[in-house]
Amino acid sequence: MKSKILIVDDEKDVEMLFRQKFRKEIKSGSLELCFAFSGDEALTVLDSEHPPQVVYVFSDINMPGMSGLELLEKIKNRFPQINVSMISAYGDSQNYEKAMNSGAKEFFTKPIDFDSLKKEIGALMSEKN
Amino acid sequence: MVLGIISLILLYYLKQPMGLITVSAEWKRIFNGGMVAAAAIIGIAAVKIPLISGLATILSFVLAAIIVVVTLKNPELHHRKGMIYAWLPIMAVNVLGESIELINKSFYTKWENYFEVAELFAFIWAIAMWINNSKQRKALEQEKLKALAREKEFKITESLKNQLERQVEQRTKELTEQKNELENTLSELRAAQNQLIHAEKMASLGELTAGIAHEIQNPLNFVNNFSDVSTELLTELKEELQAGKTEDAMEILEDVIQNLNKIHHHGKRADSIVKGMLQHSRSNTGQKEPTDINALADEYLRLSYHGLRARDKSFTADFKLNLDPEAGILQVVPGDLGRVFLNLINNAFYAADEKKKELNAKGEKDFMPTVTVNTKKISTGVEIQISDNGKGIPAEIKEKIFQPFFTTKPTGKGTGLGLSMSYDIVTKGHGGEIEVDSKPGEYTVFTIKLPKS
Repeated sequence: MKSKILIVDDEKDVEMLFRQKFRKEIKSGSLELCFAFSGDEALTVLDSEHPPQVVYVFSDINMPGMSGLELLEKIKNRFPQINVSMISAYGDSQNYEKAMNSGAKEFFTKPIDFDSLKKEIGALMSEKN
Repeated sequence: MVLGIISLILLYYLKQPMGLITVSAEWKRIFNGGMVAAAAIIGIAAVKIPLISGLATILSFVLAAIIVVVTLKNPELHHRKGMIYAWLPIMAVNVLGESIELINKSFYTKWENYFEVAELFAFIWAIAMWINNSKQRKALEQEKLKALAREKEFKITESLKNQLERQVEQRTKELTEQKNELENTLSELRAAQNQLIHAEKMASLGELTAGIAHEIQNPLNFVNNFSDVSTELLTELKEELQAGKTEDAMEILEDVIQNLNKIHHHGKRADSIVKGMLQHSRSNTGQKEPTDINALADEYLRLSYHGLRARDKSFTADFKLNLDPEAGILQVVPGDLGRVFLNLINNAFYAADEKKKELNAKGEKDFMPTVTVNTKKISTGVEIQISDNGKGIPAEIKEKIFQPFFTTKPTGKGTGLGLSMSYDIVTKGHGGEIEVDSKPGEYTVFTIKLPKS
């Protein structure tokens, strides 16, 4: 079963990085990645399919326009079934608590520790299978 | 006998002051002596003792002659020359008459009438001379008085002049002291101003620090991530090559090359941020150098945004960059102009955020604070617009915003120097213009026009 994951970050190079990091998983067809570079774009992506195929959203917090935390609230309101985890350069307790209270699954800090991210995604995939 | 009397009269007058001219005490003593002698001669001549009175007559000649010679020869007595000349004919006629009388009385008696006529003429001469002399004397005295008056006037003027000079000197001294005092104050003010400017720079550097940290952290993360993933890819590449899968190997190689480019790109990004920070903190006014205005605007917009974001977690805002690729390169001081951008963009975010807070308090949650930075090539150079949809600037304070120390922010939040420094940097530093357009409650637009160098 293929898992579709959406990654939201205003830094476009994140896409290349993720695609290389999850190269094997993508190649084997067990993982599909899609990307959005702002909160608005992320909502558009989720809105484009009914129901959305995306099962997990990883979002940056600091973005121009809609912040990751606002996006989190909106996703949780409209698509409570989708898991959302935050990835932020600012790992302070204020951000952490706000994210957790709004229903975030995990809170990752930048620089991204891909090992723990892989574990998280691996757990998701095995859960699905 | 007559000459004795004349001598007496002459001596008397010689002793008296003439107008303003007086004779010395010594002369007066001599004249007194002469008068006594004249009186004695008159007395002796009057007794009419033959021989003795004749002797007295001769003595009176001598005395008269002495008076005439002394008066004419002494410069001190020259003012009486006229008197002597007036009396001289009478004296001469008398000397002649009396001498002849002494020598040959009968001859004298025979010619007495002529002598009397001569005496009369001499007398008329004396009167005429006297009138003339006294006229001259009066004129002289008048002149003298005038001269005195002038001298007095001159003295008064002189003393006034001295007084004025003293006053001028005094004033000059006071003014010099005041000038020195003012110069001291001015240099103290300059020093204070420099300190304030430095403080403002440091304050804005503080504001920047969080943004800079974020802006450096991001590229550094990419450098680390891309180098890590490249190591993984190279391990895979090795496996693929060993398995003989050249096509897959080539694919991996392409990725590695891309990654190395990304590492380089993000390394450069961090590098330029550090350079910008150094430029910003430099305390002396930097050198103008060719600067990409678009890149500078982009850099400071990000620094401002991330700086505010890092310091205030509740801060959310949108920003837009509309950069004209034609804007190109200008000769500017990048640190100074960056400070202007930072200042205006920070203000724009602040104004927009304030409006958001006000609306939130009223229950309106849909407002998105937005700051837009536009660049545009214009015929004279480049125009940079920094606009926000914030609460705007009331018309009554619009004139004051570029004044030093003017701030609407709460105490401790703003130095009031940001805009005045920005104004100086744009106008004095770069020969440009800066103007503001605002509609209270709606928007504010700052427009900077920088000339081509």
